[in-house]
Amino acid sequence: MFHLFGIDALSVLIFGPALGAFIVAAIASFGTSKQVGRWLALILSLLFALLSIKVFADYQAAGLAIGDDQFIIAQDVAWFDALGARWTLGIDGISAVMILLTGILTPLAILASWNIEDRSNMHLALLLFFETGSMGVFAAMDLMVFFLFYELTLVPMYFLINQWGSLPKAGIKFSGRFYASTKFMIYSFGGTLGMLLATQLIGWSAGTFSMSTLVETWPLFRQGEALLGIDVSTVKALAFAGFFVAFCIKVPIWPFHTWLPDAHGEAPTAGSMLLAGIMLKLGAYGFIRLVIPLFPDVWLTEVVIIGVNVATLFAILSVVGIVLGAFAALGQNDFKRLVAYSSVNHMGFVGIGIAVFAQTYAQLWSGANPNADIQSAILAGNGTVLQMFNHGLSSAGMFLLAGALYHKTHTRDLSEYGGLWVKAPIYGGILLFTSFASLGLPGLNGFVSEFLIVRGSWPIFTALTAIAMIGLLFTGGYILKGIRAVLHGPFNMRWRDANLELTPAELLGIAPLMALMLLTGVYPNWILPMINTTVSTLFAGLAS
Amino acid sequence: MDFLNDPNVLPWLIPAGPLLAFLIITLITNKAKLVPASDHHEYGGHHPDYDGMMVPVVARYSRVISVTIGMAGVIAALLISWRALYDASQLHHIGREVLASSIAWMDTGASTFNMGVLIDPATVIMLVMVPIAVLMIFIYSIGYMAHDPRQARFFALISLFAGAMLTLVVADNVLLLFVGWEIMGVCSYMLIGFWFEKESAYKAAIKAFTTTRIADVVMLLGIAYLYSVTGTLSFREIMYNPEALDLLATTTPIILGGWTVSAASVIGIFLIIGTVGKSAQFPLHVWLPDAMEGPTPVSAMIHAAAMVSAGIFSLIRLYPLFAAGGDPHHGILTEPLAFMAVVGAFTALLAATMAVAQNDVKAVLAYSTISQLGFMMAALGIGAYIAAAFHLITHAFFKALLFMAAGSVIHGMEHGEHHVHEHGHDHASLHPDDGTAGGVDPQDMRNMGGLRKTMPVTFWTFLIGGLSLSGLPLITAGFWSKDEILADAWLVLDKYGSGAHGLVFILLALAAFMTAFYTMRQISLTFAGEPRSEAAAHANLGQGIVSFTMTLPLLILALFAIGAGFVGVPSDFPVLGPIFSPEYNAFHHLVIEALPLPETTAAFASLPDYHPKAPPFNIVPVATSFIVALLGLWLGYMIYWRKPLKAGQADPMEKFLGPLHPILQNRYYLDDAYIAAFVKPSQWLARHVTSFLDRGIIDAILHIIARIFTWLGDLIKVLNLWLIDGVGDGIPIAIFHFGGWLRRLQSGRVQLYLLLALAAAVLIGALLVFSAGAAPPL
Repeated sequence: MFHLFGIDALSVLIFGPALGAFIVAAIASFGTSKQVGRWLALILSLLFALLSIKVFADYQAAGLAIGDDQFIIAQDVAWFDALGARWTLGIDGISAVMILLTGILTPLAILASWNIEDRSNMHLALLLFFETGSMGVFAAMDLMVFFLFYELTLVPMYFLINQWGSLPKAGIKFSGRFYASTKFMIYSFGGTLGMLLATQLIGWSAGTFSMSTLVETWPLFRQGEALLGIDVSTVKALAFAGFFVAFCIKVPIWPFHTWLPDAHGEAPTAGSMLLAGIMLKLGAYGFIRLVIPLFPDVWLTEVVIIGVNVATLFAILSVVGIVLGAFAALGQNDFKRLVAYSSVNHMGFVGIGIAVFAQTYAQLWSGANPNADIQSAILAGNGTVLQMFNHGLSSAGMFLLAGALYHKTHTRDLSEYGGLWVKAPIYGGILLFTSFASLGLPGLNGFVSEFLIVRGSWPIFTALTAIAMIGLLFTGGYILKGIRAVLHGPFNMRWRDANLELTPAELLGIAPLMALMLLTGVYPNWILPMINTTVSTLFAGLAS
Repeated sequence: MDFLNDPNVLPWLIPAGPLLAFLIITLITNKAKLVPASDHHEYGGHHPDYDGMMVPVVARYSRVISVTIGMAGVIAALLISWRALYDASQLHHIGREVLASSIAWMDTGASTFNMGVLIDPATVIMLVMVPIAVLMIFIYSIGYMAHDPRQARFFALISLFAGAMLTLVVADNVLLLFVGWEIMGVCSYMLIGFWFEKESAYKAAIKAFTTTRIADVVMLLGIAYLYSVTGTLSFREIMYNPEALDLLATTTPIILGGWTVSAASVIGIFLIIGTVGKSAQFPLHVWLPDAMEGPTPVSAMIHAAAMVSAGIFSLIRLYPLFAAGGDPHHGILTEPLAFMAVVGAFTALLAATMAVAQNDVKAVLAYSTISQLGFMMAALGIGAYIAAAFHLITHAFFKALLFMAAGSVIHGMEHGEHHVHEHGHDHASLHPDDGTAGGVDPQDMRNMGGLRKTMPVTFWTFLIGGLSLSGLPLITAGFWSKDEILADAWLVLDKYGSGAHGLVFILLALAAFMTAFYTMRQISLTFAGEPRSEAAAHANLGQGIVSFTMTLPLLILALFAIGAGFVGVPSDFPVLGPIFSPEYNAFHHLVIEALPLPETTAAFASLPDYHPKAPPFNIVPVATSFIVALLGLWLGYMIYWRKPLKAGQADPMEKFLGPLHPILQNRYYLDDAYIAAFVKPSQWLARHVTSFLDRGIIDAILHIIARIFTWLGDLIKVLNLWLIDGVGDGIPIAIFHFGGWLRRLQSGRVQLYLLLALAAAVLIGALLVFSAGAAPPL
């Protein structure tokens, strides 16, 4: 990995935004105009975007093949010796994709909040600070560091929702944003408590927090023996539960999702974009990076009462999320909540992909089924990571558009729109494009990943995949409902003199997303080989 | 640009023209100017009053440039198609050799998914039909949409539509076919709802998209399943590969395994369901009649050149998969074939009965499309895939013609009504039932009549299209293609006594009879007798570019509606056979090579013969074709042409059919049944899933636990206060103040959520722990 000013690129990507955030926040005290802060934040974030593209391109240029060690380690120094934690940063194909996504979305979120007047410097600083947290999660190769940054992302997001969230509705004393931000914080924080315990447990008993070592040693650790006087499989199940709940809340997997519609609905546009675009991916990333390789045996454990293994239970919950998420979205009358529930629906596909991945991985690892369908698992895995990337693009785009309308109309109520296409033709066209990308229209990004996941899960969770199709059908329902309510129908004369068209900043913010949606739909192999190589390598070691 | 001379690469460029036109118009040339909405002349007649608002109307220069670019795109597609057809004709033996190229598109583990294009006989026939039909529709749209404020957008969308259809046609694998398939779905959604202010328009658009999507998600499963069994989606690698077909036909499916069906059957039925949606077959046909809410060129696009044809085309493509394990030419049908035969034949008849009772000029045509697609579906089901392909092509020509002629009629009626208004006739509506004040429904045939005098070109071309649809013997294209379906059905029925073939023969013959009848009824109601409204009396297309561009395509398509049939005349047909097919039936000879021939490839010797031999001339099916067509036309002529309807007079059918008439007119109340059975419950569920599950149960549990902890917190607080009071007054006051400050800092809720989440984690952990104990040793 290359260096900048003697610091490795990943560390720059982590600390740079934090430093930028500090500067942007600080210059406000010197009385500089808001415009300076905006431009500064934008330029800095663009630099980090370029850097993340460079990191991505370098990883791609490394040309790793299936079976090679997929990790490129950028930095590995002693950090918290007393605990045994080290400052280890590195990326594989999956994290490279996520870093690219984070790098691209941050400047677009800054563009989307260009018109924010209320403490704009602090607002933009928090966006940059959030970038630090996410970059840290995706680059961390040490469990402690991972946990640290995982928690760090909550702080800026909490304040973004709490301070810049939606305006109070008429007649209601407190805005929903206080409820939403508190709920978001407690939900996430509560979930990670178990994760903290599990992290400590693993680190203490294995003597290291290094992920690459743990992946090798922890699954085999004292198998069949006792730890702390308890059967080790029980200890592992407890540790599993800690991670499982934390990541389920983040993804979100049904029924841990109820924080999401509130948080998304009340958050400012940029907050929603980063929340949906990046933050949800942290959970899915955690599953792939940690929960699958660290606990292969637990995934196959049968759950009492229900009588299926954990992986299947996870698939069931994901499918419930797909179907009920779609229905819930269809039932919303609030534009942002509709888009928020669409995340539950789309991330359900990520969930079922992870379940296929986990079950096959576990079966091969434990030898429970040496003939497990590796090809399906690889396709599902590829689809899962690609779906994470795609959902990052389309949900960020949808929130940008929903927010753009909210800024101009100060309402999110779908019934108060209607026929706006006449007033905002460019907005209308872009909304159609982004909606159809979100719907999974072939030729655009979402289809490729959804097809891969469906293909991968069909031979393994056949009935569940078929049920998920109901969700896919109603995805069409809520997307069309959104388009219909905003663009179609007789024009609502209330907006006769309003300017509803996208501002140039918003247009600039959505254009790269649209380009990437089209590119990924038309030629997925610009990004897929890296994912494919990494995912295939995970299985390559097990197949023999 | 060397690669352009490579005939294998050229097919990539066929869809490129229209797709590029879409991009250019959308991104660059579509420019609007704002005009006051009260300016009715500028803003067309399809829009509600925008009440003094400034509304965008495409600028004149933008209109001209956009239309030009749209035309350039489709003409490029036409020319490249011709070039590709020429290249294909240079192949030694198309079918056994093909033009194909592909690129690595998606890495899948150690292998790669290739995306490519293919020109084989099935592509060839589509490349003959689609670009010509599409070009005609484009030309027509110049005039038809000339006064629409969004003509540039319209041209962008139909360009995308055409590009998607051509993508589907040249695709070499199921996935790319599906890409074109779905993009067409979106285009039809946007074009049906093109006049998006109108409630009926956007509702029809949503209905079309949702109904076809039901079928599409099933089809997606079929594609995924096919991919997982064979490891490829390439047409040639599956359909031309006896091992793959054999594997499919002998694999036990992962679902419905107990029904002794093969994986091929399950996959086949999943894929066919996709077509049931796309090609509007029962029970998913309900969207197509509503789809006429879009501008008429769109109807022509959907009903003829693109959308519904795509469904049948894909079935022709995938035919070996459906036939795998069966032998339809000896009366042995597989489940998918039987499914197609029954659904197709039933739909053909069902839709024909509904068409009889319609009064809307486009609705009759819409039902006739459903019915004719049923013919093709049924033909595929009995193994007559060549006949199906033939009918697909001839139908596309005459149906495009009929829709555009109907569009001209509507345009003429609107023109006439406008004329009436300008000249101060107040009694514009002669029809007593018409609710609209001062205007007549320009699509209602009861308001027409006598148009043969005012719109002669439209009349003659409509007549030609209608006769072709009716299958007027010997001279129309529709006769030859319908006759071939019946001949194929009769052959197997006669030889092997196959019940399915018999059913198809009888139902299709009945449907053909009704087709001839309702077509004659439609022609008579529209064109015969005296005008039944002022608008009809003054109906015309006017002069100039509008009239020219709307008339020219009708004339050209009329030629095809007659001529297209003569490429497929059976060579042993008396008199005409030796004239048109001296050596062999040209169409049959070409399309038969779309599928592997056992006699030419040793590897296929083990497979049953997919190929219907050209059925030998048999008097029974030919006589049947003659009788049903002529009888239907004669009856229609006697009832409607000889005694034309007077203004206000009831349709003789109402009396004849009695209580059946409203049932037919209301489409057997199927739409209402669907709304009651599916739409309403879904909406109810959608409305309540958040309030009941998310808020009512999940959040409620969380809130209850929060309450408990709040109560506990209060309890401890009270205890503390009591203790503090007991200890003394000195320090406690300070602590009290501190505590009060602290309490403000931490809202009780935050704490309690935290505890609650922890409790949940412990609970789930415990569940897993207990279950871990029960796990088998690994």
